Amino acid sequence: MTSQTTTSDIHQLPQTLEPRNPGMALDLDWVRRVQANTSAIERRAATLPGRRSVKKDYQAAWLCRAIACIDLTTLAGDDTEGRVRRLCAKAKQPVRADILDALGMTGLTTGAVCVYHDMVPTAVDALQGSGIPVAAVSTGFPAGLSPFHLRVKEIEESVAAGAEEIDIVITRRHVLQGNWQALYDEMKAFREACGEAHVKAILATGELGTLRNVARASLVCMMAGADFIKTSTGKESVNATLPVSLVMIRAIREYFQATGYRVGYKPAGGISKAKDALVYLSLMKDELGNRWLEPDLFRFGASSLLGDIERQLEHHVTGSYSANYRHAMA
Amino acid sequence: MTVKEIFDSMDYGPAPESAEDALAWIVDQGAKFGHFINGAFTETGKGFKSQNPANGETLATLTQATQSDVDAAVDAARKAQAKWQKLGGHGRARYLYAIARLLQKHSRLFAVLETLDNGKPIRESRDIDIPLVQRHFYYHAGMAQLMESELPDREAIGVCGQIIPWNFPLLMLAWKVAPALAMGNTVVLKPAEYTSLTALLFADICQQAGLPDGVVNIVTGDGAVGEMIVNHPGIDKIAFTGSTEVGRRIREATAGSGKSLTLELGGKSPYIVFDDADIDSAIEGLVDAIWFNQGQVCCAGSRLLVQEGIADRFHDRLKARMAGLRMGNPLDKCIDVGAVVDPVQLKTITDMVAANEAGEVYHAPIDMPVEGCFYPPTLITGLAPSDRLMQEEIFGPVLVSTTFRTPGEAVALANNTRYGLAATLWTENVNLALDIAPKLVAGVVWVNATNLFDAAAGFGGVRESGFGREGGWEGLSAYTKPKGKTRPLTTIEAFKGDKGPTDPLDRTAKMYIGGKQARPDGGYSANVYSRTGALLGQAPIANRKDIRNAVEAAHAASGWAKTTGHLRAQILYYIAENLSARADEFAARINALNGGRNGAKEVDTSIRRLFTYAAWADKYDGQAHGVPIRGVALAMKEPVGVIGAFCPDDLPLLGLVSVMAPAIAMGNRAVLIASEPFPLAATDFYQVLETSDVPAGVVNILTGAHGELAKPLASHLDVDAVWSFSSTDLARDIEKASAGNIKRTWVNNGQTRDWFGAAGEGRDFLQAATEVKNIWVPYGE
Repeated sequence: MTSQTTTSDIHQLPQTLEPRNPGMALDLDWVRRVQANTSAIERRAATLPGRRSVKKDYQAAWLCRAIACIDLTTLAGDDTEGRVRRLCAKAKQPVRADILDALGMTGLTTGAVCVYHDMVPTAVDALQGSGIPVAAVSTGFPAGLSPFHLRVKEIEESVAAGAEEIDIVITRRHVLQGNWQALYDEMKAFREACGEAHVKAILATGELGTLRNVARASLVCMMAGADFIKTSTGKESVNATLPVSLVMIRAIREYFQATGYRVGYKPAGGISKAKDALVYLSLMKDELGNRWLEPDLFRFGASSLLGDIERQLEHHVTGSYSANYRHAMA
Repeated sequence: MTVKEIFDSMDYGPAPESAEDALAWIVDQGAKFGHFINGAFTETGKGFKSQNPANGETLATLTQATQSDVDAAVDAARKAQAKWQKLGGHGRARYLYAIARLLQKHSRLFAVLETLDNGKPIRESRDIDIPLVQRHFYYHAGMAQLMESELPDREAIGVCGQIIPWNFPLLMLAWKVAPALAMGNTVVLKPAEYTSLTALLFADICQQAGLPDGVVNIVTGDGAVGEMIVNHPGIDKIAFTGSTEVGRRIREATAGSGKSLTLELGGKSPYIVFDDADIDSAIEGLVDAIWFNQGQVCCAGSRLLVQEGIADRFHDRLKARMAGLRMGNPLDKCIDVGAVVDPVQLKTITDMVAANEAGEVYHAPIDMPVEGCFYPPTLITGLAPSDRLMQEEIFGPVLVSTTFRTPGEAVALANNTRYGLAATLWTENVNLALDIAPKLVAGVVWVNATNLFDAAAGFGGVRESGFGREGGWEGLSAYTKPKGKTRPLTTIEAFKGDKGPTDPLDRTAKMYIGGKQARPDGGYSANVYSRTGALLGQAPIANRKDIRNAVEAAHAASGWAKTTGHLRAQILYYIAENLSARADEFAARINALNGGRNGAKEVDTSIRRLFTYAAWADKYDGQAHGVPIRGVALAMKEPVGVIGAFCPDDLPLLGLVSVMAPAIAMGNRAVLIASEPFPLAATDFYQVLETSDVPAGVVNILTGAHGELAKPLASHLDVDAVWSFSSTDLARDIEKASAGNIKRTWVNNGQTRDWFGAAGEGRDFLQAATEVKNIWVPYGE
């Protein structure tokens, strides 16, 4: 996520001042002290949508912000260059031009495009000059069980191919066995392999068993230098949920309070409605503050969310409910 | 602001809920309201304005009830009651179900009206108050349906006077009206004068449900109307929720009237955070504990107790959280904290905090509305138990805080209060949680959660937080009484005489205090004669100091409460065994004392009774309530504490055993005042206790004049309950004196009880000997 100024007046990222999380030594006392009370977290998550509401112009503006934070994603076995180019075109023009004009939001783009390694050169080429970074999922995504040296190599090749962001997957086994040292070492190696590219650590929370594990894994990955922590590959049976998000962003807050470094958050998978996006934004705002509403610290990993937001924005502009076919497909 | 500007600022912006429909309803009613009596609204009369506390605007004009209004309401309720009761459980269930459905159909109207009138955030009225109201009517529709099969020995009390507060206007109405109606009572309800509108909308709903006229009557007005209800001779039961001060006055006013009474009063509930807690969740819990409804919640977790090792971290994070609270227009859907109910309440809160000089005061640095009754969320750290704000209820968004070192100290601090309504504790250690919860003096304990409510779990307090429960099976006893007729009890006088003793060898009867035979403090004794005038011996005359000593001894035996039911059963059986061994002697003594011939029968029944409570000692189980969360609400039956009891006069042994056995079976300690005219069976009985492994202080026996001892016993601030079955009518004295610490009372109101029959034992006694504590334990990993 290097800073590039787009031609429009909608700046993607005020990110130049944010120092990267350098990580720290593994602090096992801290890791083991972390608690996560599931029922209390679920109650907070369940009541949050009822506690926060944004309406009218505010809602439209917030939905635009959600778009600015989307990692527009395709991670399918049948991806082709053509498909990826279409996706990149959508990232550059996520909403119909007349709607953006009406909102005064011309130039809005998504936060990034997220693809498999093989598609990185295509995406980089398609996004040339747009300022939209390309993110690559890596390290044997989604299971992350290929040989370790190959996982590291995969990162290096993706970076060489022009990916500015690397979404790695952790070895779930290390979490389930409480082997925090191994998780830390793995993450640290991945971070080093990324070099200047920012690294997002995918915890695959749907496979970690407990929220306590999610909290501890989040902390260990941040200690090892993750720039972002991310819920899911999108391939687990349970992906991003509000309770999991609450746990992870509380870990981010605690890490920030202790170290002064801001780590980003990316919920991925299962967020497909505009209303859900608003809830996530308010969760970030309330738990972490406005700084974490910027795309350098918050991303949605989503493929179908944009479509719903487009319909809502058209409704906002025209007053009439919209239809899918009125909006360009990716 | 343009969309682009908002895109940059990412502010929330206004999200107002429309007040249009609610205001239209008020206008439809002419913006002036009379009372709801006998199924119809009365003409409007002289009255007062009801205001929106968020902006000071007048919503409607209400009518101040006069004595004749209250008379008419009570009259209507009385006339309707018999027929309502006779309608049967299913018939009443149909109406309660209809009311629940109508409440649901008009839920948003109720929510908006509640917020307009009270100032609470629409989120709370919409997501908490009104759904709970509906739930209460659904739940109690079920209780009406089940009454005949599950409570075959209970019946309606009659006409209930219900006085409710302004903090949860409709919810408190539901808590009172639903169970009353379910059990076949009719009601005269007075909402708080600040917040009467949803009660009047509820009256509208009653009409729509076709509820028979007179079953629900609503009169509006201030405390003077409340007094008219409290003092009305046509009312059988008073239920009050409000301040401890007013509750105390009601207790005094109803003393000796025969009215049954339940009180749900104030609190200063502890919120305990142990060092292994999920700190962020505990902090989020505080938002729902003390900033819920602007802290105007009787069970608000208003007293934060944090373990020392995490205190600084906890307070820092709490302050950061407070900075994120949003205060403002209560109708805004994005608001956390709304308006305090009235300028009077705002001034009370402001003055109390301003008068405090201890600790450090932190006001949340948030945007405040410029007009309306708003007080900022406030945290005061570094207080000691001796500081006024640690002891007194503020009833506002003000949290006070201190620290503790050990779990034992947390319990001691938590219980260092006159109140006992609710408590919250946070720990990830199940051993710690389940050890601490029973030790907290409170009617409700929340583990890793706070302010959870449901119709299926009883709510109510101990100590000066009142008595009685609302909700659950345990709540039904507040609206039922045992079936059956009683007769007036005539005072039984001691026999007089002038003859000498039948046996010249003197036996000195003493009292029994702390496991020791004790001479009376005053040094006076009274001669006890047989029917024929023969001198049977002397009984000590106890005075207030003997009561003091007995109560102290009873407190010293507090370990009895922690013994197992099995152990208490064994001791009760042992008492029976030793009594049986001396059956003939006791039978002869009883016959000599009361001049009857039923001594043998009385001894035999006493032994049976001991067996009954030995049987119950390990079987009066609590319940796991089916509350709608993933978790359990454990209704634990706990001993009341120290029970003082005036024993029946007519049956010198059976009377004593009948009150002692249920008390100690449930883990209480008893201070028993023996039969006044026939005391010597009781003084013989301590020899049985001495040989039966009863720990010192568990049972204490005094002899003397009931009339003299009623006041000192009932006014003793360290006695938790007083019972009277004396043939001297002590109801007035006891109930009046009990107001000091709002202790529970159970008096016979000068009526007989069949001690040989079914009325002499069983669930009524067990219930009087226990408090139900609901411990909510959400779970899940």
